[in-house]
Amino acid sequence: MSIAKIARRTFLIGTAVIAGGVAYGAYRYHADPENPLLADAGEGDAVFNPWVKIGADGITLVTPRADSGQGVYHVQAALIAEELDVELDQITVTPGTPGPAYWNTAIANEAVPATSEGFGAETTRSLMSAMVKFMGLQITGGSTTVPDQFEKLRIAGAVARETLKAAAAAETGYPVNQMETAAGTVTAPNGQSFTYLELAPKAAGMEPVTRIRLRDPSQWRLLGKPMERIDIVAKSTGTQDYGIDYAPEGVKYAAVHMNPGKGGGVIRYDDSAALAMPGVEKVVQITGGVAVVANNTWRAFQAANALDVEWEPAPYPLEQPEHWAALEAAFTEDRLDSRNKDEGDVDTALAEATEVIEAEYRAPYVAHQPLEPITATVQYERRNVQVWTGTQIPRFVQRNVAKLLGEEPEDVHVNVQMMGGSFGHRLEDAVVQQAAEIARELPGVPVKLTYSREEDFAQDFLRQISIARLKGTVKDGKVETMDLSVASPGIIASQMGRQGFPTMGPDMALPAGGADQPFAIPNSRFSVYLADPLAPVSSWRSVGASTNGFFHDSALDELIHAAGADPMEERIRLCWHEGSRGVLEAVAEMCSWSGPSPEPSKGRGVAFTLSFGVPTAEVVEVTNTEEGVRIGKVWVAVEVGRVLDPVNFENLVQGGVIWGLGHAINCEITHTGGAADQLNFHAHEGMRLYQCPEIEVRGLETASKIRGIGEPPTPPAAPALGNAIFAATGMRLREMPFNKGARFI
Amino acid sequence: MRFTVNGKDVEVDVEPDMPLLWVLRDELGLTGTKYGCGIAQCGACTVHVDGIAQRSCQVLADGLEGAEILTIEGLGTPENLHAVQEAWVEHQVAQCGYCQSGQIMQAVDLLSYTPDPTDDDIDQAMSGNLCRCGTYPRIRAAVKSAAAKLQGA
Repeated sequence: MSIAKIARRTFLIGTAVIAGGVAYGAYRYHADPENPLLADAGEGDAVFNPWVKIGADGITLVTPRADSGQGVYHVQAALIAEELDVELDQITVTPGTPGPAYWNTAIANEAVPATSEGFGAETTRSLMSAMVKFMGLQITGGSTTVPDQFEKLRIAGAVARETLKAAAAAETGYPVNQMETAAGTVTAPNGQSFTYLELAPKAAGMEPVTRIRLRDPSQWRLLGKPMERIDIVAKSTGTQDYGIDYAPEGVKYAAVHMNPGKGGGVIRYDDSAALAMPGVEKVVQITGGVAVVANNTWRAFQAANALDVEWEPAPYPLEQPEHWAALEAAFTEDRLDSRNKDEGDVDTALAEATEVIEAEYRAPYVAHQPLEPITATVQYERRNVQVWTGTQIPRFVQRNVAKLLGEEPEDVHVNVQMMGGSFGHRLEDAVVQQAAEIARELPGVPVKLTYSREEDFAQDFLRQISIARLKGTVKDGKVETMDLSVASPGIIASQMGRQGFPTMGPDMALPAGGADQPFAIPNSRFSVYLADPLAPVSSWRSVGASTNGFFHDSALDELIHAAGADPMEERIRLCWHEGSRGVLEAVAEMCSWSGPSPEPSKGRGVAFTLSFGVPTAEVVEVTNTEEGVRIGKVWVAVEVGRVLDPVNFENLVQGGVIWGLGHAINCEITHTGGAADQLNFHAHEGMRLYQCPEIEVRGLETASKIRGIGEPPTPPAAPALGNAIFAATGMRLREMPFNKGARFI
Repeated sequence: MRFTVNGKDVEVDVEPDMPLLWVLRDELGLTGTKYGCGIAQCGACTVHVDGIAQRSCQVLADGLEGAEILTIEGLGTPENLHAVQEAWVEHQVAQCGYCQSGQIMQAVDLLSYTPDPTDDDIDQAMSGNLCRCGTYPRIRAAVKSAAAKLQGA
């Protein structure tokens, strides 16, 4: 059956009337066997749709997008509660059981550039569209949660509310439209009131009301206003459980020693020392490594370190200089993967110019390393496999574990756990498959595999390594030509390859944040050259834009400087996209922009990236001191269409900036003998508090589409910092990490 | 070895070199204290040992005899928050929240000897606690709010 058919059967049953006239489906309860909540529904439980259940256990809202710290459990709950008319302390929130009802339909839309004018629809291989095409499923990523869920979840809440009103109308004999709802209660005109729990048994026997009208944002009680995040108390008291904390009765603790040459196999191993250590119960060879099972995590770590293993060599170049050389050699026409921007006549402009400005930029491998190491608990029994793990891809986990263990997918139950950060790390599921391999040897026993920090670094599927080359010209004080060529290994081929999916056509993650920037430079070209696979790479917060943002806006800044123009004014002049110009103008106003050198020893850099549909402009101000560069302040303006949760919004934007700055300054992963050289935070520390600037955030709400904010603040941070350092010192940093070229205090 | 955790007597029989972190997490089931790096580089495992903030991954079991350990679970509860936790809730510091047990234990320690910390004091005391989500601006603000609460109390 085609995806389209499944989607129609699953979703397009009810009808909702929405301001603006968009019709979306709600879910029909009882009639559709695919509503996953029906499986657990008790007698008298009202299951209105896959997101709302009201019954003996109270009011349960399902928030299927995974929470890696970005607060999406909260915002999903708030979207439902807004229309359902319940307070956030009246509900229980659960990620639910992975299932087709929770497909992410926004991910498919991300294949089309946000400013689609001038771009074709030949986007065949974006990471997300590939996932949708092959499995189409429940994925958290690409800053898609809010765009995907914004209408679906409000409709889910409204359908439930109207059905409860209908139940109360049937009880009292008053017309439905005279029923009032608030705080989980329906009140009739005569003052008689019923809690939702009281109405649930009656509502459970009724057809849900699916012709509903969503409230205008001006009527919102919760959304758009400061709210207390539903997980904030738990996360301030040590009472929030994460995947690593899950410890069922009888749990055994596992650790792995994996081939540091990522993807290489085991030739032989000696486990005699490990087996003699206290608390060690079993040693299991798994794909690409050896695992130890013990009665305590630390004992398992110690024993894993005591394994003596002979490894196959890494299936990629062993030494870091070879990785750079592979990229340097990839700028050849036969490796041209995409040229999504080719405007004016770049070749003629370069040939005829009296001076061509040339520069080369480098972005290293970097690691994800959320503070909670990756972990998975698996309990294996025939026809009943339980998995507890923090994951962004629960349906892939289910499929892969089933395949590995020779079980049917429906016999694999994935219990999604709260994640202690992800940044794209938990879009991979190797740890779950390894836990399943170990658990298979101990039937009936829950086995918790926890990575040591060193293993987590060593096995991280990194952010892509990349080189960019600029050729440009300026004329009459303006940027005239910008020819940017990028060489990179494929992100999607590496990531989707691990999921067993073939990839065809150009890698659409590689030009993101570069070829799609809304600047009308007369001669402008963005070419991507595909290097052979190197170390395995994956999606790292903001993916292709994380490197392209740095390349594009560092290069643009160099050209603007060469033209003798003001960095802010020239960007605004060149920008043809209204929303993008809006954030540049906003950030200029926020910082009272007066040029790149507001006072001696201070420098300001501006950068802009349009990524995930979100135009983001940042100004970084640095002070050049005797001891080094101090990042003093950052101003950020972002256009997201609508800010649903203003406190969390500010927190996420600040975090995205800090992520971008910290890694730009301090982080790279290099390889020696195929193994990562940086294995803990002392060698790859991101940003620490003492380096953190003050960050002022403004969210603009003028765009017609609502967008997510998890990733877009990251790409402009590095170039804004580099441009500020240039303004303060005259030194152009073209290679990350910047601590190779400057000292930071 | 016998010691107290959050005021309760405990006795464990483990190798002398097992870090307190794993005694708490896997032997005593107190999982509010988090493992992040194992080498005192992230601060996620910060607890108080005899009233002083320590990285519990570096405190070995054989030194625990008679010690008084305070973990995040003993500092306050959802129903009865410590002033520093109140400030953390008011400022909505957490994103993923995984580092915050350690951040809070470190902040309590800072405020115990520096009741009115300057920005520099906060930088000095809190920079050993890594936050990968980047909640530092809120940590700074929450420490200052907590200082005001504690001084007003």
